[in-house]
Amino acid sequence: MKTFYWLVKREFWEHRGGFFWAPIITGGVFLLLNIMGIITAEVLGASHGIHFGASSGLHSVMTDMDAGDMSKVGFALDIAMYSAMALLTVVLGFVVFFYCLGALYDDRRDRSILFWKSLPISDTSTVLSKIVSATVLAPVIAVIVGIVVGMLQLLILAITLSFHGVNVWHLLLMAHPFRIMVNLIGYIPLYVLWALPSVGWLLLCSAWARNKPFLWAVALPVATGLVISWFGLMGLFNLPTTWFWKNVVQRGLFSTFPGTGSLFGTNGESIAHNVADNPNMDFMDLTNTYQLLASPNLWIGVVIGCGLLAGAIWFRRWRDDS
Amino acid sequence: MSAVITASGLSKRYKTSLALDNVSFQIAPGRIVGLIGPNGAGKTTALKAILGLTDFTGSLNVLGFDPRKQRDKLMGEVCFIADVAVLPRWIRVREVVDFVANVHPRFDRKKCEAFLARTKLQPGQRVRQMSKGMIVQLHLALVMAIDAKLLILDEPTLGLDILYRKQFYQNLLEDYFDENKTIIVTTHQVEEVEHILTDLMFIRDGKIVLDADMDAVGERFIEVMVNADKADAARQLKPLDERQVFGKSIFLFDGANRATLEQLGETRRPSISDLFVATMKGTYA
Repeated sequence: MKTFYWLVKREFWEHRGGFFWAPIITGGVFLLLNIMGIITAEVLGASHGIHFGASSGLHSVMTDMDAGDMSKVGFALDIAMYSAMALLTVVLGFVVFFYCLGALYDDRRDRSILFWKSLPISDTSTVLSKIVSATVLAPVIAVIVGIVVGMLQLLILAITLSFHGVNVWHLLLMAHPFRIMVNLIGYIPLYVLWALPSVGWLLLCSAWARNKPFLWAVALPVATGLVISWFGLMGLFNLPTTWFWKNVVQRGLFSTFPGTGSLFGTNGESIAHNVADNPNMDFMDLTNTYQLLASPNLWIGVVIGCGLLAGAIWFRRWRDDS
Repeated sequence: MSAVITASGLSKRYKTSLALDNVSFQIAPGRIVGLIGPNGAGKTTALKAILGLTDFTGSLNVLGFDPRKQRDKLMGEVCFIADVAVLPRWIRVREVVDFVANVHPRFDRKKCEAFLARTKLQPGQRVRQMSKGMIVQLHLALVMAIDAKLLILDEPTLGLDILYRKQFYQNLLEDYFDENKTIIVTTHQVEEVEHILTDLMFIRDGKIVLDADMDAVGERFIEVMVNADKADAARQLKPLDERQVFGKSIFLFDGANRATLEQLGETRRPSISDLFVATMKGTYA
């Protein structure tokens, strides 16, 4: 267990840039752009004599609002908080994708594998530590950063509005930061399961390819997809060609992007429905996101992912620096 | 005490060539073995087989383990320095010491820090900021702090200047080696290891062509410096090699009668490099 902790720590040391600084910088840029946007709006507003809600006017609007309107303001604030996370999610998807591609390849290329292999650590724990770094460590850091950035975003909005006569605390009470935190943190286990086939495929390519793992990882499924499209092979299974693109190429390559499970999993349509019906971000609640557990798509992916990872471990065992 | 390494019928085939051809040998504890051969002779393949880094056919027992199946356990007892610069370039001195201290049960942190204190390495320094010589110092400090039974060095001083090279072997002998440890070293700088080796193995085209301890080598191989008038007599004794120096001929004999040779001229023990050159004649032809 102690060895495993140090193996994960090792991954963090090596990938501090992707795991730690990338979300922090993204979050920082996000906040900066927001502040700049707000300042621009304020300056433009002041110079053109436009008053947002006419200052005291906004205040009276707030006091006149009924409970339904209040909850709408609250959910608007929630969206502001989620939006920070949405950006970080995209960054996280890229970080995990490229981390997995390099994880079992870079040390073979620079020959440091000879050093790692001279230590009494099994190849299985090495590969497992990389899986955990990709699917747990990186998302946990991103979510923590996302929550902090989201809170700051909320605070910035509240402070801005307070200049227009709205009570900061009153406004913040209408948002649901704790619910959002629970939803985001709670999503991580789901992400682990959903990302497994992608992580497995990328790590397998990383362990197997003698050079250019990116090309293999992407070109192989895409080329297969093209061949299948050209010859209409999916007709043999009575499936449309898009089935292959959606369930093999897209699922295999892009499942490292958090949220793709909820978007492309079987309940994707219900989310669209949900959003149209009731624009209050309920679809992010764990009771909704975890409906993905009922989808065979998820579990088939988990089984295939485990198979691919077993392959990655095997190749890690026998590929050397040559 | 039983052998540290027992190999029998070891073979390894790459796509185009046979890197190891039915090799068998034994290495006893407390020895320093020089594994010497031309480029591409199979040295590194042999070491990789011992370390469980490559697959092979035949049987190989290293400290009671099968390197193919028990590499991780084996590495608790074996240390390995591959030619310079296999330490990951991003790691810091502090990090690598922390890491090894926490994953290696036989690592003595105090010892390592004492070795490091003798160098100019700084805890926060990254490997990519170091010269080749410093990287080897760091690697050696890590390895010498591990109480391993077998140390494998594959071209450990390649590309180092002479100060680092001398210091490397000196540290190894003074602070590390004892009768419970075994060292296997491959190198092209034969002169440097000549005086520290206890055993010599020559490998050529995947076969072991010489496997003897240094005393036996001294008994078996004799070099004679012969004046021109006796050169023909010497040639009739079928020397391994002949070369000319200052009008005299130097003959290298394998297993000839010492008394006979002494009548021809001055005899001496050949240097390993001369022996190597004579043995490997025609390798690249």
